[in-house]
Amino acid sequence: MTEVTLNRIGALPQIFPSPDDYLFVTGLAGPARDAAALTNDGPNMFTMAGCMGAAMTMGLGMALGAPDRDVVVIAGDGEMMMNIGSMATIASQAPKNLTVVCVDNGGHGETGGQDGHTSVRTNLAKVAEGFGIQNILTVSSDAGLKDAAEFVKSGDGPRFLWLRVMAGEPTKFKRNMNPAECRVRFKTAFQSA
Amino acid sequence: MDGNVHPHDVWSRELFKQFKDAGVRLYSYIPDAGNARLVELADADNETRTVLLTTEEEGVSLAAGADLVGEKAVLMMQSSGVGNCPNFLSFVKGGNFPILMMVSMRGDYGEQNPWQYPMGEAVEPILEAMGVLVFKVERADELEGAATAALNTAFKAGKSAALVLSQKFLGAKGF
Repeated sequence: MTEVTLNRIGALPQIFPSPDDYLFVTGLAGPARDAAALTNDGPNMFTMAGCMGAAMTMGLGMALGAPDRDVVVIAGDGEMMMNIGSMATIASQAPKNLTVVCVDNGGHGETGGQDGHTSVRTNLAKVAEGFGIQNILTVSSDAGLKDAAEFVKSGDGPRFLWLRVMAGEPTKFKRNMNPAECRVRFKTAFQSA
Repeated sequence: MDGNVHPHDVWSRELFKQFKDAGVRLYSYIPDAGNARLVELADADNETRTVLLTTEEEGVSLAAGADLVGEKAVLMMQSSGVGNCPNFLSFVKGGNFPILMMVSMRGDYGEQNPWQYPMGEAVEPILEAMGVLVFKVERADELEGAATAALNTAFKAGKSAALVLSQKFLGAKGF
């Protein structure tokens, strides 16, 4: 596979320059911090700090429940691998308004950077294709971020954007990790939108 | 079905009407004999949608996502699937997400497959440990009341609820 030169810091804001236009859900750990910095922990985003593997189907529930809104899942490679079958669940439902973004650093950053499957042999783009996701883009360098920004706006979902990033610290950002508070915050904002 | 009436047709129709009248629009499931007819009914209805899962815990997060945008879901599974759910049921105690489940039991009354007993016996302790209230149905005349209680617990009180259909109610499978 292509050498990875993409820096995760600052990548998401280039892909989603208008984050208020979306509903976001994130998995846990580093990608949640990158994403929370994108929206300044805004009420249109629900981030997790547990329930590893829940992000994709939580996004699916949002996309099916709010078909007029664009829903984006942001999750790490470990989170996605834990429930990779959710890609089949998403592919079968085929929601046009759902985009899944994997921030893949090839390992488990939160627990000390231990290797994950994607740094060995697992190719998530081929995995997504095999599960039946039709629109897939892999980006491994800063130069590809323009294409990524175009990709998340074009065609129909479900889309899978595989961001292969270099190992390193995620964005420094402290977010609200109380799920009950964040649930009420999200619901209130959604209802008044 | 060869033109015969499905063995679970009558109660499944009544229960589906109760779910639908309460505003349940998403029906996620792992196939089981106990939820098969209800899934067919939800699939055939234009106002409801079925979601085939790959593992039961996906239905917990699916329901949580739907709740964030004001939609109601029910997660349907066999008792063995309850064992796949506890970590994701953190949404219940941690986040106050109202999760409604329908569990069709194996490994209780008259079970002939020994593999079904460990999870069958663990269903209620697991649900209780994770903050899900159990509403058990052993006789046909208990279904409507238990379903009403489970729906109200989830969507009026905002707590999580499982409608547990026993093998006494469903009938045990032969081996």
